[in-house]
Amino acid sequence: MRLLKSSISTKDASGPATLLPQDPEDMWHAYNLLQPTDLLRAKAIRRITSTSDSGATSSQRMALDLTISITSTDFDIAAGQLHVSGTVAVENDFVRLGAFHTLDLELNRAFTVEKSGGWDSVALEVLREACDAERRAELWAVVMGEGVANICVITEHQTILRQRVEVAVPRKRRGGVDGHDKGVEKFFATALATLLRYLDLGGTKVESEAREDRTVPLLLASPGFTAQSFLQYVKGEATRTNNKPLMALVPSVLVAHSSSPHLHSLSEVLASPALKARLSDTKYARETSLMDKFMALLRADDGRAWYGPKEVHKAVDKGAVGRGGGVLLISNGLFRAQKVAERKKWVALVERVREEGGEVRVLSSLHESGKRLENLGNVAAILTFPLEDLDEEEESEDTGEADEGGDMVI
Amino acid sequence: MPPKSGFQRAKTVAYEDDDGYSDDEYYEDEPGGDALADISAEQMRLGTIKVKEALSSTIQPSDAEIQEALWHYYFDVGKSVTYLKNKLEPTRSEAPAQTKKPKATSRFDQAAKVANTTVKNAPGKQIPSLSPFARTQRPLHRYPCSYSPIVLDSSFSSAEYFFWDTPWCNVPPSRLGEITIQPRYPRGGLLGGSSKPSKLAALAAARKKKQEEAKQKPNTNDTKSNIETDQAVALLDKLNVKGKDDSSPSAQHSDSKDPKMNKISQRKYPNRKNSNIPLSLEPEVEEAAGAEPSPALDLPDLRSDPSDFASILCATHNTETERHGPEDFPLTYNSFRGFNPDPFAKPSPDDIVLRAQGKSAIGKTAKNSQPKNANGDSLSQSVSKLSVEESPQTPKVKSKNLNVVEEFEKSNMKRMANFVVIGHVDHGKSTLMGRLLYDLKVVDQRSIDKLRKEAETIGKSSFALAWVMDQTSEERSRGVTVDIATNYFETDKTRFTILDAPGHKDFIPNMIAGASQADFAVLVIDAGTNSFESGLKGQTKEHALLVRSLGVQRLIVAINKMDTVSWSQSRFEEITNQMTAFLTTASFSPKTITFIPCAGLTGENVARKVEDTNAAWYHGETLIQALDSSEPAKRNIEKPLRLTIGDVFRGGILNPVSISGRIDAGSLQAGDTILCMPSAETATVKSLEVENEPVDWAVAGQIATLHLADIDPIHLRLGDIVCTPQSPVKLVKSFGCKILAFEHVMPMGVDVFRGRLQAEGKVKELGALLGKASGEVVKKKPRIVKPGEVARVVVELERELPLEAGVRVVLREGGNTVAAGLIEG
Repeated sequence: MRLLKSSISTKDASGPATLLPQDPEDMWHAYNLLQPTDLLRAKAIRRITSTSDSGATSSQRMALDLTISITSTDFDIAAGQLHVSGTVAVENDFVRLGAFHTLDLELNRAFTVEKSGGWDSVALEVLREACDAERRAELWAVVMGEGVANICVITEHQTILRQRVEVAVPRKRRGGVDGHDKGVEKFFATALATLLRYLDLGGTKVESEAREDRTVPLLLASPGFTAQSFLQYVKGEATRTNNKPLMALVPSVLVAHSSSPHLHSLSEVLASPALKARLSDTKYARETSLMDKFMALLRADDGRAWYGPKEVHKAVDKGAVGRGGGVLLISNGLFRAQKVAERKKWVALVERVREEGGEVRVLSSLHESGKRLENLGNVAAILTFPLEDLDEEEESEDTGEADEGGDMVI
Repeated sequence: MPPKSGFQRAKTVAYEDDDGYSDDEYYEDEPGGDALADISAEQMRLGTIKVKEALSSTIQPSDAEIQEALWHYYFDVGKSVTYLKNKLEPTRSEAPAQTKKPKATSRFDQAAKVANTTVKNAPGKQIPSLSPFARTQRPLHRYPCSYSPIVLDSSFSSAEYFFWDTPWCNVPPSRLGEITIQPRYPRGGLLGGSSKPSKLAALAAARKKKQEEAKQKPNTNDTKSNIETDQAVALLDKLNVKGKDDSSPSAQHSDSKDPKMNKISQRKYPNRKNSNIPLSLEPEVEEAAGAEPSPALDLPDLRSDPSDFASILCATHNTETERHGPEDFPLTYNSFRGFNPDPFAKPSPDDIVLRAQGKSAIGKTAKNSQPKNANGDSLSQSVSKLSVEESPQTPKVKSKNLNVVEEFEKSNMKRMANFVVIGHVDHGKSTLMGRLLYDLKVVDQRSIDKLRKEAETIGKSSFALAWVMDQTSEERSRGVTVDIATNYFETDKTRFTILDAPGHKDFIPNMIAGASQADFAVLVIDAGTNSFESGLKGQTKEHALLVRSLGVQRLIVAINKMDTVSWSQSRFEEITNQMTAFLTTASFSPKTITFIPCAGLTGENVARKVEDTNAAWYHGETLIQALDSSEPAKRNIEKPLRLTIGDVFRGGILNPVSISGRIDAGSLQAGDTILCMPSAETATVKSLEVENEPVDWAVAGQIATLHLADIDPIHLRLGDIVCTPQSPVKLVKSFGCKILAFEHVMPMGVDVFRGRLQAEGKVKELGALLGKASGEVVKKKPRIVKPGEVARVVVELERELPLEAGVRVVLREGGNTVAAGLIEG
């Protein structure tokens, strides 16, 4: 994303900023940036219906510059498209005030944003991150097991599941061994074909030039030997079909161990020492290790790790998330709250922690680490000093309904 | 008459455009050459032939006369013929018709003719006079009556005489025809498959049809009437397209031909057009049947009927055209090879056959052809009959309607037991089981020798016994069991099913699948120094906890590799004590645990008593005896059917879809209709197998193989539940369960295991901590559940799954078993 023009005043952080999205990922940033009640100005094509004096109607499609006051946003992860709906906020010859319009933000087409309540620190942070010109890491990963492969792409801010391949592999049976081998072969063939379709190795000329500086690393992870076998298969296929781009890819393939063929074991894969060394500088690796640290503290159960909105608010109130190791982990999903007040609340929390000298980490809700945080209620904190029973008052609110005493489970 | 169809018009235009030369240009060029150029000479020669043919029977002008006439008429055969006729036999009535005909030639035909045949090198002046309107004005029926029936039997020989010097003339016309017609039939396969199988299918269908005819007379009438209606429709279609015929060159060419052939050709054209379209849509069988040059058809008659038309085109005309597409047209010098300006003008071989069939069907002359034509009908009829009579109510497999519960009680079957063999990796589970099977003569000496030899060749001779269980190439090359191996053996009292589980950490999902089918477990422990200790930290512990939480009560601890510690009693007791302590904390009852020292590789104390003097201290039972003394588990035969699919495979040619799995509850018999969840697809049980033996029924506790019908294997996935349609399993998106935590449990993503089922999910909510013994709520909404604690949690699944109350699940995360749970209602 390029910041074409910024008129954000330093005094009250108000004013518009004009942005030019260039990457599909920029849509994700835009999604995080745009809030209900913000003003968005972009090119749009709208069908204008006019009624002549005689009552005949005619309609035509016109390209207009529309300014809308956002009511809702809709982000299509797989396609990387952002649809912003809202009411027209600036009248023109063709569209009356208050008319509804949905703007589809497009790549390489500038749009202008004006935050309704001025640019808060989180918004500015998003803006800064979005306009970070540094070339971003991208990693393709295949998390697989026997008969299942999840092909996903990990970018700086998102983990996108591109395709899930499922092929029934017969289990080994007495006398039916080749059924299993055939099944595995078929599975590998399907997985490779699907992967190649997404990787686009041959690529268009432009694309391959753009990627020439670094080949996109490919990560294969699986429990057992599936990933190794798959790599062997890929090598074999590359040689057999004399597929040069594929052969070039083989050396850059990383094989890792995951405990399950499911996507959420990616976090475990990314935390493995072998990968950490290679991916240490990337945001997702940082996020993952941070979450791991939090989990470790939580397991230690020494009262220094708390999760959940209420507990974290309380901990911040008590000044436990401050200078000297206090970390607030917050999912950016919270800042996308449809209610402005809700967002304000979280922004205020972030700002307070910053004031107190604590560290704030905004985790992308599209990464595995973000998903783990989401399970914990989207927000968690590592405290500087132990606090016990942050959840106690809460308990008193509960009625003691769950007293149905069952047999011991185990 | 309707104007030309858009298609034809477009075609005409395309032809005119594509050929770089327009008619006019051509004509301008033509008369320019005073001396006969090569082309002109050729034209002259061909023209002469044509004229001769046209006149051959009645008038015999000299070549010189013909050539002169042609020269004067700029190679216009028609005019020349007229001229000659007038000159030599002025009384002929068809002469005016002859002159009239060329006028009617369409622009397209003219172009094509000129370009390709050039015999009738029509003067340019003719073309302008031909507006499409004028063309369409001319009624069709004039055709047949406008020509006198000149049957020229001698035409062939005369043609040959004239063509004696051209290479293509000496080829017998019949052969030429064959060469080009032939390829059309195999190409019928373009619509899907070669013509051969469909030929067979067609014959089969024909036979079937006959049989049906024999059975059901009224039906035959139906098919006949069907055929007749088909014919009627075809005729109607013909009428509709007659207009097109007018302009078709076939009509033009057949000027002086016998009307029979002419008629045929006229009828053929529309017939082809209309028959072609349905052909592509109709089932292959019929297509092939239609396209077949069956000897039963009176096709030869049609072919052998030589006509003027045929003689004009030298009998090879249409076939030549088929070979040389319109792409040849611009090359005028190609023309003498007999290019047909309109390749569709002549009936295609398909049409000839179809027509012949139709004819014979109507005339009832050829009996064979009737079922042939009716193939499609009969096939579809028989199919529809089948579906109406049989499909909904009675399945293909007749159920014997046994009362399986009674049968089971009557059968006094031997006790049956499934046991899972568990333990840390490399503790010798597979080898122990291989030894067991070998000693019980389930595996014969020869196979063991073979395995031993194979194992030695890759330098792993000690794996030979394990290879009885480990059969895939991957397992053998890596020396690790990957998946459950199932095997059977029988003692005097009991029939056993072995489920040999993999010990490796990564394959715990497979181990869970095996353990969930087991009645009891054999925990194999390596007695070797350090091996036991490392195992206790690893999968010995995890497996033991897992089988316990999956509901296995009875455990036989086989302390293996005793030979490596020279049957040391102290080692045995040390391990026994440690394991007892551990297992009781894992809530196994000490009464249900048996410890057996043994050596899998040598086979001591497996099936036979140990003879080693060091082991004199041991007087207990052998492994087999211990297995035999185990109490069989209770079966839930009376409950509704529940079967967890453990494998989906192709059971052979006769059984394309087979599943296997343990019947958790209820009973099954061949012919039953089952419901597979979560796909909610029904299937019919074709046949049943238990322990590789076909049976009529199977009951809970057995691991059955079901050969299914009426289902696509895509609806069957590992871990799916098979139940009866009467009492289906409910699908749930989230469930509450009581868990025993093995690791810290907090709200997090987990894998949910239930038998073969492995699903993504997450612990959504920690409800309460429960007292371990009392089950009372100790703490509400805990932040984290520590290992060993019992809690009530809510688990949310990624997709809906068939999970019922009372089902035991295992929650794993990051390669560790986090908790085992029991689903609450």
